[in-house]
Amino acid sequence: MRLVILKDYAEVAEWGARYIKKRIHDFNPGPGRLFVLGLPTGSTPVGVYKKLVEFVKAKELSFKYVVTFNMDEYIGLPQNHPESYHSFMWNLLFKHIDIDPNNVHILNGNAPDLNLECVQYEQAIRDAGGVELFVGGIGPDGHIAFNEPGSSLASRTRVKTLAQDTIAANARFFNNDINQVPKSALTVGVGTVMDAREVMILISGQSKAHALYMAIESGVNHMCTVSAFQNHQRFLCVCDDDATMELKVKTVRYFKGLMTVHNQLIEETGHPSLLHTEN
Amino acid sequence: MTLFRFCNCTLIRNHALIVDDLWIRHGKIIDPEKVFFDERIQADVEYDCRGVLVAPGYIDLQINGAFGHDFSSPDEASEEMLLLVAQKLTAHGVTAFVPTVVSSKPETYKAVLPKYKRRAGSAKDGATILGIHIEGPFIDEKKRGAHRTDFLRTAPNGIEDLLSCYGSFNDVSIITIAPEIPNMIETVIPELVQKHNIVVSVGHSIASLDIGERAVCAGARFITHLFNAMLPFHHRDPGLVGLLTSHRLPTTSIVHYGLIADGIHTHSAAVRLAHRVHPQGLVLVTDAVPALGLPDGTYHMGAEKILVENKRATIAGTQTLCGSIASLAECVQNMRQALLDGEISKHGEVKIDKQFVVECIDAATLHPASVLHIENQKGTLSFGADADFIFLDDKLNVLSTFIAGEQAWTVNDSWSINNLRTKNSSQ
Repeated sequence: MRLVILKDYAEVAEWGARYIKKRIHDFNPGPGRLFVLGLPTGSTPVGVYKKLVEFVKAKELSFKYVVTFNMDEYIGLPQNHPESYHSFMWNLLFKHIDIDPNNVHILNGNAPDLNLECVQYEQAIRDAGGVELFVGGIGPDGHIAFNEPGSSLASRTRVKTLAQDTIAANARFFNNDINQVPKSALTVGVGTVMDAREVMILISGQSKAHALYMAIESGVNHMCTVSAFQNHQRFLCVCDDDATMELKVKTVRYFKGLMTVHNQLIEETGHPSLLHTEN
Repeated sequence: MTLFRFCNCTLIRNHALIVDDLWIRHGKIIDPEKVFFDERIQADVEYDCRGVLVAPGYIDLQINGAFGHDFSSPDEASEEMLLLVAQKLTAHGVTAFVPTVVSSKPETYKAVLPKYKRRAGSAKDGATILGIHIEGPFIDEKKRGAHRTDFLRTAPNGIEDLLSCYGSFNDVSIITIAPEIPNMIETVIPELVQKHNIVVSVGHSIASLDIGERAVCAGARFITHLFNAMLPFHHRDPGLVGLLTSHRLPTTSIVHYGLIADGIHTHSAAVRLAHRVHPQGLVLVTDAVPALGLPDGTYHMGAEKILVENKRATIAGTQTLCGSIASLAECVQNMRQALLDGEISKHGEVKIDKQFVVECIDAATLHPASVLHIENQKGTLSFGADADFIFLDDKLNVLSTFIAGEQAWTVNDSWSINNLRTKNSSQ
């Protein structure tokens, strides 16, 4: 695992965006050779998307040959509902960039056959050649996507019922009416994300500190699904000081000491072969 | 069909200014999110609008003529004349209007009204014709303004008298009447509203507030040029002006009122007063005379001779104002200035100019559309609405006018659509 520790959320968002930009550039996508990117929703990626949009508007980055797969979507929420993940992705990213709509994949929470939708999604990922880089965040309980505590670490894309905590936390987006909050969602599985060639998780703020501790200093545990990535060959974790509050000083010092190496990952001059070091 | 994307616009949407793109297809404004996820296509043609302010096209509910043409003249009335005015009005940012006919003889109405049919606008044909506004002759003699006394009438037989005077209600959108005339409240207004779907406006009247309220309860929903041709506000009998704050009106819909903000007909303090008291009802109208758009001189309106001098139009030989020659675009600018003037003198700095810009534009777009119950189609940049819109600079001068998505007018070459295009992959 690489643990990149930065000062605050702004730095995390910028670092994350620059990493995505560099990875796409180094991959050098073109017709017939598309860069497959896995994407999250939530508050953590907001700053990352903002930065990516800036890069596109400044003509420093193009999504013309990028394919995206989002992690999840609510079941039963109309596609154009302001709180749907379709709307989130449209407003924060897709409307501002030059991506081909045919290269955008988001699970359809209103599909007539939800299980078939999940099976087809997994197939679509395979057809695209597998995910090159899957970006994600974590919940305060260490869940990745909607893989709530207790989710199989080998799981694939499927229907999941949301935990009570998650529903309560989401009520603020639905007029504080808990009855309007969707109770289930379609989500990629832990196994699905593990299949990606690289996983980058962004973690910011003290509310995530315990989850980060569980994820990297404790064992692999289905009660904290992001811990599964301890078994991934290329797991990149980007966090800020507040998120490290529950880690050992020794851990933090070690990784902070590697920052000069890590920062080369986002420099234009950073050599692509660096990706295979320090994991 | 070609999908157009106007990028980099400062749009007026939901009573605010937002930076966003405007997507158009089939002459309508569409939802790009739906196109992205459901149709999975990109725009065929893209334009860079350089951050310009984009507003819905202006809508004029009261205009007696323009560019030397008089809608009330039986000699001039024709489809071609209306078409010509509709085309030229695009230079003022007007994309829809209601040609107005002043108090006239029955023969005149029969000659004139059939020539003005409702018609959808286009870049070629100019602004949309939304119907006719018949102002009079069932109005009060004491408040006739520039209308001729010998043409005024009453309605002892109720609506029959209106029908026999006008000949037909076809293509009539608005009728201005004085509600105190016997039978108006009892039968005429309810029948016009319920049977003929016509908007009834009260004006040229000496009605008390009580009569005004009863007229609104009977179905009237508009006040013709507030303050002009009615009793002035009095603290013991507010008259029609009191409708703005009446507590005895049905709550189901609001009363709108026309306001001529040409800098002459209404003092800026009166504009601010009306706006502060009832902003959602404010509708900017030109009440323009045929001289609108022409230089100083003498012109005809109805059977009268009008003198135009120093931005004022009066009945030749008198001091009576008979309508304005300020374009609707100028009225919007005047209203904004009036609101700004009020703020500067109060607080010493201008904090809410953006909000004023939105409100003044709403007064010339969304509000007039609401009067005619067409606010989902016109006067708005919402998804599904007709693509009638204008480009404005920061002083609210009109830079370009689009009708059904096509450029109908541009102030200069730099705003010509060909010079804004950044992508063209249509067949």
